[in-house]
Amino acid sequence: MSVPTADPAVETRGLVKRFGDNTAVDGVDLSIPRGGIYGVLGPNGAGKTTVIRMLATLLRPDGGEARVLGHDVFAEPATIREKIALTGQFASLDEDLTGIENLVLLGRLLGFPGRTARRRGHELLEAFGLAEAAGRQVKKYSGGMRRRLDIAGSLLVTPELIFLDEPTTGIDPRSRNQVWDIIRTLVGAGTTVLLTTQYLEEADQLADRLAVIDHGRVIAEGTPGQLKAQVGSGALTVRVVEPADREQAAELLARTIEAEVTREPDPTALTARLNERSRAAAALSALEEAHIDVETFALGQPSLDEVFLALTGHRAEHEGEEDGAAADETDGGRDDQAEATIR
Amino acid sequence: MSINGTTTLHESERIRHILVSPEDRPARAGAFSASMTYGWRALLKIKHVPEQLFDVTIFPIMMTVMMTYVFGGAIGEAMAGGDSQSAVDAYVQFLIPGVFVQTLVMITMYTGLTLNRDISKGVFDRFRSLPTWRPAQLVGALLGDQVRYTIAGVIILVVGVIMGFRPGGGLTGAVAAFALLLVFSFCLSWVWTTVALLMRTEQAAMGVSMFILMPLTFVSNIFADPQTMPGPVRAFAEINPVSTVVAAVRDLMDGTYDVGGLTMVLVYCAVLVVVFGPLSMLIYNRKS
Repeated sequence: MSVPTADPAVETRGLVKRFGDNTAVDGVDLSIPRGGIYGVLGPNGAGKTTVIRMLATLLRPDGGEARVLGHDVFAEPATIREKIALTGQFASLDEDLTGIENLVLLGRLLGFPGRTARRRGHELLEAFGLAEAAGRQVKKYSGGMRRRLDIAGSLLVTPELIFLDEPTTGIDPRSRNQVWDIIRTLVGAGTTVLLTTQYLEEADQLADRLAVIDHGRVIAEGTPGQLKAQVGSGALTVRVVEPADREQAAELLARTIEAEVTREPDPTALTARLNERSRAAAALSALEEAHIDVETFALGQPSLDEVFLALTGHRAEHEGEEDGAAADETDGGRDDQAEATIR
Repeated sequence: MSINGTTTLHESERIRHILVSPEDRPARAGAFSASMTYGWRALLKIKHVPEQLFDVTIFPIMMTVMMTYVFGGAIGEAMAGGDSQSAVDAYVQFLIPGVFVQTLVMITMYTGLTLNRDISKGVFDRFRSLPTWRPAQLVGALLGDQVRYTIAGVIILVVGVIMGFRPGGGLTGAVAAFALLLVFSFCLSWVWTTVALLMRTEQAAMGVSMFILMPLTFVSNIFADPQTMPGPVRAFAEINPVSTVVAAVRDLMDGTYDVGGLTMVLVYCAVLVVVFGPLSMLIYNRKS
């Protein structure tokens, strides 16, 4: 008998799903280790949700193979359902019912006797800070509360693998941070998390590894660091004190780093993608020699946004609000970069 | 992230604390228990959204009053042998059991519409990802609907009695007729779950349901004796399963019964469940 923990959490080969003429998932190969957070990143309509739905046994693949926690999705869907939990893209809750009723319903369906389901439901509501809203209909919950209840519904029993389909889409930043904390807590408890997101920052913040999906295909796979490394050395952001100096600064930069310089909407800001990091120092000296006062000179790893652009040739959707904190830890770039790009 | 205050840190602590080991899970819910749980959900929905009872309260009253007084004079006169005085009274005796069947049969349609609405929501994915006996969601919804059918049925009979309906079989006859009709309604509902799962929108499901229900309830023995109808219509009214149910319900209310008729009703019930139950489940399981 094989040791069950030796199986990867998810393994797919050539996974295909068609809806009529549209091939939503077009030969996806994934190997997701147990433990940790695996991110599936892609724009709207890339096929992320379809992959999740096939792995959660809601949708039968049209081709290829998929094993979840060592079980075949075609042959053993019932066994898989005992070990997974799914939090769908739109809150997987009954809006007409109250918070506690939703949890009792799911608890009883999972096999708890009524009283135990109720006790467990209240425990979860308490832990998720929803105790006061226990008796309120879910349709009256805020987006963040709904999300937390939704995740609580997946934790009545602890799943070995939890699917979170766009867990923070449409919720405010504070709730988003709470959801991130909850996800990290889950991993700490030994659950494997498979999350989809169209937020580049989210993948960067949470995922240990990630697959970038576009048009139903995996176009890149690796750690966030590896993906960034594929794209180039990094991004340079410069802000001058006097807007009048910007044009001169742009010309100097373009000459010293030999790359295209973008004039940002902010009249003091310039950005450029560096091909070689070492040229940054030369650029800074050139600016100093020209007596241009520089407010910000920040060097960061490329954001996942740039990774996406480089890999697909088009920009990810919904990028605007996410640019800010996407800079990486190196070169002390995080704070400067964030400051430089928040407009 | 600077927004992460101490509150969220405490929250992670609390969450870590209440997580149980993955091995620590209850035994799988049985088919019966899961069905009853979904039935409980249907009742909760009635509690939270009582407006949805409109179709089982106002609609039956409307049907009973409207049909009796629109057709009562004309059809009843013929039945009473030309005595227009007792025409409506005679027609009430004939019509109430028929409207009783018609209304409940019409209401079964809402089972499908509710299901169609459910499917379009995220909670449907959640239910399907649970390790429960899959038909439970449908069976449970149908069981919950028995409550709605019962409310509607009681209202019709009460309105009928107010209007002068006196079942010959008394309370016992009425209860027996009611029980038979509930069984038939439960079985017929499987047709609408199939329709609901096939149709993409609630409106489409409603359209198809009405298309089937209108001829079944009108071209029948509910409003008039099929003997009075022209050839092909009469033939349809006579083989119409709804006519068989109405005849059996009329008999039971009258305090009599016809074994052949009752058997036919139960055969129809069995056929409906055997055909449309598995068909519904097949579509349910393949539903994307």
